Amino acid sequence: MSYIYESYDAVVIGAGHAGCEAALALARLGFRTLVFTVSIDSVAMMPCNPNVGGSSKGHLVREIDALGGEMGKNIDKTYIQSKMLNMSKGPAVHSLRAQADKKDYSRSMRMVLENTDNLTIKQGEVAKILVEDGKVTGVVTASDAQYPCKAVVMCTGTYLNARCVYGDVSNYTGPNGLSAANHLTQSLLDLGVDIRRFKTGTPARVDKRTIDFSKMEEQFGDEKVVPFSFTNTPEDIEKEQISCWLTYTNEKTHKIIMDNIDRSPLYSGNIKGTGPRYCPSIEDKVVRFADKNRHQVFLEPEGNYTNEMYVGGMSSSLPEDVQYEMYHSVPGLEHATIVRNAYAIEYDCINPVQLKASLEFKDISGFFSAGQANGSSGYEEAAAQGIIAGINAAQKLAGKEPLILDRSQAYIGVLIDDLITKGTNEPYRMMTSRAEYRLLLRQDNADIRLTGIGHDIGLISDERYDKLCKKMELIKKEIQRLEKTTIGATKEVQKFLEKNGSTLLQSGATLAELLKRPELSYDLLAEIDTDRESLPADVCDQVNINLKYDGYIKRQERQVAQYKKLENKKIPEDIDYDDVYSLRKEATQKLKEFRPASVGQASRISGVSPADISVLLVYLERK
Amino acid sequence: MEFDTIAGIASGMGGGIGIIRISGPDALKAAGAIFRTKKYLKDPKKEWNQAYFEKKETHTIHYGMIVNEDGSMLDEVMVLLMKAPRSYTCEDVVEIDSHGGPFLVQKILKRILHQGVRLAEPGEFTKRAFLNGRIDLAQAEAVMKMISSKGEFALESATKQLEGRVSGYIEEIRQEILHNMGYIEAALDDPEHYELDGFSEKLYDILQKECNRLHELLDNFENGRMKSEGINTVIVGKPNAGKSSLMNLLLDEERAIVTNIAGTTRDILEETVHIGNIVLNLVDTAGIHDTEDIVEHMGVEKAKEYLGQADFIIYVVDASIPLDEADHKIIELLSDKKGVILKNKSDLEKNLDDKELEQKLHWDCIDFSSKTTKGLSKLEKYITDSFLEGNISYNDQIYLTSVRHRDAVEKAVVSLKRTMQTIEDGMPEDLFIIDMMDAYEKLGLINGKTASEDLVNKIFKEFCMGK
Repeated sequence: MSYIYESYDAVVIGAGHAGCEAALALARLGFRTLVFTVSIDSVAMMPCNPNVGGSSKGHLVREIDALGGEMGKNIDKTYIQSKMLNMSKGPAVHSLRAQADKKDYSRSMRMVLENTDNLTIKQGEVAKILVEDGKVTGVVTASDAQYPCKAVVMCTGTYLNARCVYGDVSNYTGPNGLSAANHLTQSLLDLGVDIRRFKTGTPARVDKRTIDFSKMEEQFGDEKVVPFSFTNTPEDIEKEQISCWLTYTNEKTHKIIMDNIDRSPLYSGNIKGTGPRYCPSIEDKVVRFADKNRHQVFLEPEGNYTNEMYVGGMSSSLPEDVQYEMYHSVPGLEHATIVRNAYAIEYDCINPVQLKASLEFKDISGFFSAGQANGSSGYEEAAAQGIIAGINAAQKLAGKEPLILDRSQAYIGVLIDDLITKGTNEPYRMMTSRAEYRLLLRQDNADIRLTGIGHDIGLISDERYDKLCKKMELIKKEIQRLEKTTIGATKEVQKFLEKNGSTLLQSGATLAELLKRPELSYDLLAEIDTDRESLPADVCDQVNINLKYDGYIKRQERQVAQYKKLENKKIPEDIDYDDVYSLRKEATQKLKEFRPASVGQASRISGVSPADISVLLVYLERK
Repeated sequence: MEFDTIAGIASGMGGGIGIIRISGPDALKAAGAIFRTKKYLKDPKKEWNQAYFEKKETHTIHYGMIVNEDGSMLDEVMVLLMKAPRSYTCEDVVEIDSHGGPFLVQKILKRILHQGVRLAEPGEFTKRAFLNGRIDLAQAEAVMKMISSKGEFALESATKQLEGRVSGYIEEIRQEILHNMGYIEAALDDPEHYELDGFSEKLYDILQKECNRLHELLDNFENGRMKSEGINTVIVGKPNAGKSSLMNLLLDEERAIVTNIAGTTRDILEETVHIGNIVLNLVDTAGIHDTEDIVEHMGVEKAKEYLGQADFIIYVVDASIPLDEADHKIIELLSDKKGVILKNKSDLEKNLDDKELEQKLHWDCIDFSSKTTKGLSKLEKYITDSFLEGNISYNDQIYLTSVRHRDAVEKAVVSLKRTMQTIEDGMPEDLFIIDMMDAYEKLGLINGKTASEDLVNKIFKEFCMGK
């Protein structure tokens, strides 16, 4: 019997990384929000790797934090090791990565949700989305309870019709043996949603006591830890860190895999879902990169209170017996006991080109979708979409314009634009190479880029915003001072330059000019910059980067100005592409399918040529 | 509407006058910067006033010189001023009329483009005319149709095949750039897996090499080799078969010596001929036969050499006499080549054994008479068709065919040089990508390839990523 249980402003389906951010954003913006999860114990669960951040993903976490999200704060509370990657490279690719205590991460996030006003968590499976006249009106659970609401955010992750495959054996469950969500796909299909089937996988976990670490290289965390959240200082989060370990596969490992490759479901055809290229299973790596005689294997602790170690780099869907043999061939793992086997998981997700940049379905008002359900991969990508979908559901409820970050503003903008404009044929992972303007989108300036926006939306307190404004003022003033201060070719200065292997001065130069020299930096210049006032470390950092890379930054800014021109040319929603004279047939079809919001977005759709864009521009000018 | 300033060649190539049109807010300034009056050039004491045209009345004509960057004279021109809104585009328009032929016209255009003016897209002047309300929809739509079917026009162009080869050459350079960007990105994305130690030195050398390759293209363009683009067509036949008469017919004037005595064409004659849109580099050979005459002999050797480089061969046979030993020798040389047989002297009594010829050389035949010009239009049509169907192609020299491409190559070189500067400055590797990507995209403009997903696909394809 179907019955009406209780109405809410918004319902969030799923309490993973996307669901948590979406629900928190909605509730914090004052909307009564209900979050469904198939298991209350799996809030913000990390079913795969035990870390947050990494190359470009670290950027996403910083951006989520700058907008007022939770992920950064939560990992700062629960990390067990932290590292800034790429420190020897440019500031644009410095990337923060932290190992998490998985259980702690999940528990801590659950506590935040449980103690947020307007937020209710409920264990249950949503089976149906209710839509009337193209508008969401509520959801129905598998137990037939109706929850009327005005907005729904779908964050179903890898649970829809999930199937886990262990070599020859498979179970119809979600990750970690949790129950799958087997009803919702049909409801989506009934609503005309285009469904895909994707695949991903996770390696085995082994018992720490059975690993011979003497055969591995120890990987330490950074001595000076940088927090993810801009609200924390390094001192706030300092703690003793736990090490990871590095070992390698060898030719014996590869032979075992090749001898049994016919039993791999990926090669036998038992798995039909599309797997990710960036996270290949070990059998994939061995087959595709046959010239490599070894691959890295990282042993990463799953937490403080468990002996389980994650075997990074060796995800596999080979049968159990082959897995044993394979893992045991790796130095240090000869006698390792496997606690959980590696497995591959197949699940339903939507084709994200059906979404607007706000993450609302183009055809269903009030229905939003975020996270792995949109064909992405990774905790951070999910959370990034979650906060945007949550914010935009709230904006919709408040009758306001959606928040759309573009490719020149944030990695989040790149992520969403890629998904909705190009679609994806595999679980989509963020990479720094996807961001055209990455010198501007650094992890160190995420607050400067986005916290003002978070404040306008209402997720950033006045106090935090004022603090940022002060920081920006300090940066501006200090840069101006360095640009104005001229240093003469005095004895001290020449001595200083000589000491640092820098060319001696012929005549005077400004401090800013000296700073641009590769061998010098803001910190070093303190010696000859006698009038300098002591400034906070994050301010010094910004001053140094902005001056040092000034030429490159300016070049990227010019590129952005070019990009914005087309981005600002909006296409009306009711445009009739058949009416656009002399558009090529393929372009007409693509434009009808994607319904881009701007000419800029149209230009990124594959199959739309520059000539088509010309024609479209002329048409729009004529209107 | 606000537009930038554009320039393009408004007249078709060939013909007596070349017109370069500039339109936009900076049109007068750009023209003023490269123009000098004769009076000024005679006595250039003070600085040239670059705002020269800005003070002049609209719809006036000015006579003077276009000068090179170093102030030397490039070409004598007439300059027409049409100030906004009284012009075709409703913007300030300057037209420069040159009598200097296609090569000089391109050079003048290049000078204008160096004044911060952009090269116009196909149909862009008309597009502006429409957008500024100068022409009506029906006219504009005709232009839009042209813009969107650019591909079909290109197909008709005689330069299409040439572009194909440039495209391949450019693509090799692009792939080299892409591969190296892929490596850097893989290392940035997975720093625990890929090392960048010592990579920048290696990359520096690679970029230097690619810059040199691009410079070669630019040099070809500068040397005016563009003029000689065309299908290398060689006319062969035994002495007195009518080769020189054919050449004269195609050239429409008496340049080669035509006599009835066998072997009067001593030197190789080369001429450029336009048939429709196609350019032929026509080569007349001395009759190929064994002779003790040393001068004649040189001609024969040269003829054999030319045959080796020929894209297309016209074999002239004297149909009034049977095939002889000389013909057999020629046919031997032709067996693996492409061409057509002209059965000349079809106005006389026929003594040629068609079947024998057909068996020996499987080429199409055209009945011909250089006296009555019978078969001439058939021959021209045959050549045009063969080219458009792709049966004849250019030799493998690579040229840039337009200022647009040259422009793109120049910009790519600047970007690669910038990357090298970044390496010299000891900047981190991720900054290399900004300019490498720029070069990659600029080169893509030449062969019509866009970048979008290339880099990501490259990383996954060639580098083993991820844990």
